[in-house]
Amino acid sequence: MSDHYDIAVVGAGPAGGTAAVTAAKAGLRVVVLDEQPKAGGQVWRAKSASIRSAPKTPETTAGDGLRRTLANSDATLLSDTRVWDIRRTGDTWQLQILRGGQSEQINARALILATGAREYVQPVPGWTTPGVIGLAGATALFKQSLTLPGKRTVISGTGPLVFYVASEIRRLGGTVTAVVTPNTRTDWARALPSMVSQPRLLARGGLWMADLMLARVPILWGHGVSAVEGTDHVTAIHTRNLKTTGTGPTFDADSLCLGHGLIPNIEAAQMLGVAIHHDPALGGWVPDADPDGATQVAGLYLCGDGCGIRGVTAAGLQGTLTGARAARDLGKAAPAPALQSWHRAARFGQAMTRLSIPTPQLAALSTDDTILCRCESLTRADISAEIDTGAASTNAVKSGRRAGMGPCGGKYCQTAIAALIAAQTGKTAADIPPSTPRPPLRPVPLGQAVGDFDYDDLPIPKPAPL
Amino acid sequence: MIRLVPNHADQIERSEKVKFTFDGQPIEGHAGESLVSALLRANALTLRHAPNDAAPRGAFCCMGLCQECAVLVAGQVVEACRTDVAANLIVERV
Repeated sequence: MSDHYDIAVVGAGPAGGTAAVTAAKAGLRVVVLDEQPKAGGQVWRAKSASIRSAPKTPETTAGDGLRRTLANSDATLLSDTRVWDIRRTGDTWQLQILRGGQSEQINARALILATGAREYVQPVPGWTTPGVIGLAGATALFKQSLTLPGKRTVISGTGPLVFYVASEIRRLGGTVTAVVTPNTRTDWARALPSMVSQPRLLARGGLWMADLMLARVPILWGHGVSAVEGTDHVTAIHTRNLKTTGTGPTFDADSLCLGHGLIPNIEAAQMLGVAIHHDPALGGWVPDADPDGATQVAGLYLCGDGCGIRGVTAAGLQGTLTGARAARDLGKAAPAPALQSWHRAARFGQAMTRLSIPTPQLAALSTDDTILCRCESLTRADISAEIDTGAASTNAVKSGRRAGMGPCGGKYCQTAIAALIAAQTGKTAADIPPSTPRPPLRPVPLGQAVGDFDYDDLPIPKPAPL
Repeated sequence: MIRLVPNHADQIERSEKVKFTFDGQPIEGHAGESLVSALLRANALTLRHAPNDAAPRGAFCCMGLCQECAVLVAGQVVEACRTDVAANLIVERV
């Protein structure tokens, strides 16, 4: 089966959802593809069918707003849909999608990628123990199922997400054993001037922190998790003062939420020929794109955190800019909104992203025995030895040791491996680009990728003349 | 004690509980929640063993990327974080 649209949007989060609505309003035929059951992205992830009723949060209200706007628009939302390959033939983008166990093709004249972000988790000894989940992963659990990661949870990581996760655990009736953050109070003081423009978010953050203090939850500033104890479940969390490298307190806990900032999902843009550059204040490697989403590839647009971590408000505003730009390029009248509010929101988002810029102290939490590549169970020593033999790029380490070739496709090891290559060869993060992305963009069961076909339909070429 | 973040646990109304099995072990979950959510609540944390060192692994990214929660349902490998609990579902380790 194949379908023709004017615009295909990959990702129905705040950026993609808004871009789709804007382009549809301009009179274009728009399809939005998203792997979740409902629109909203990670930040406004919808509740599952298991929740009959629950108190509203700012995230559910905002997400419901986007879902309603999208449903009332003329854009078609294909949910539970995974895009696993994108190519271009002539002027047409061809997207291979998996939907309800079937492989299908979507055709479109223009393509908007709003692929969002994933999480960087600094590997630490024991981080593969069941009961350790990503910090952003924890928010997915809360938003979708209102489920707690455990009974006594340590929250560790950078930026505002640690305090959001801690407050959500308390809201859902769980116990926060401790908050362990590599950020110092000085880091936060530096971010403060950029936060004044978003007083509501600032007030919310202040409330989370005050609540933790009133509840006497220990907050360890400038600390990291140095080891997770336990074999098939977490029993204790060890910490370290990152400045003095002195041993910090140990906490009895059955779960750990761990995360060190967001990384833009750039693989699709990269695969389609968009150049990338390194900007630590945007989450690392980002594709080159204008504020209105245009790229140097004709008919290809990018918006939201997938082209730099600027946060949810900026993502929504950029969605509008990008939807309008794509519509204008396709000959429709769509007014260009002012850039000013996007710039203001982006400044706030980037101040938050800066709190998660990786530091050597954070990287030092990994030891020789720490697994860096979860899929292949490769330790830092394994990767280090490969680098010593001359593997000076992520591609070389990947082909040498399979690190990045496993089921996750390198999504959870490439950043740590690139940092290790840089440290070991005396280069900077900007010298070590991510490995070359290849389809499938998402894991595909082989039977589904093949699709339905009759044997008789297979074209059999004429035998070559002898 | 004064709480600035209210405890909402009692105000959450969930769907009916249904039974399914994980590796032969009976588990109760709410219909429509993710398998990861139900398995976490049932303290069934080890969802698979890593292929190279057989170390126990559990749900990690919770958003369909890391593949640590890969399990078998009806002969297909699925991500437990992206699969809904349903009555009588038979879930096996890969």
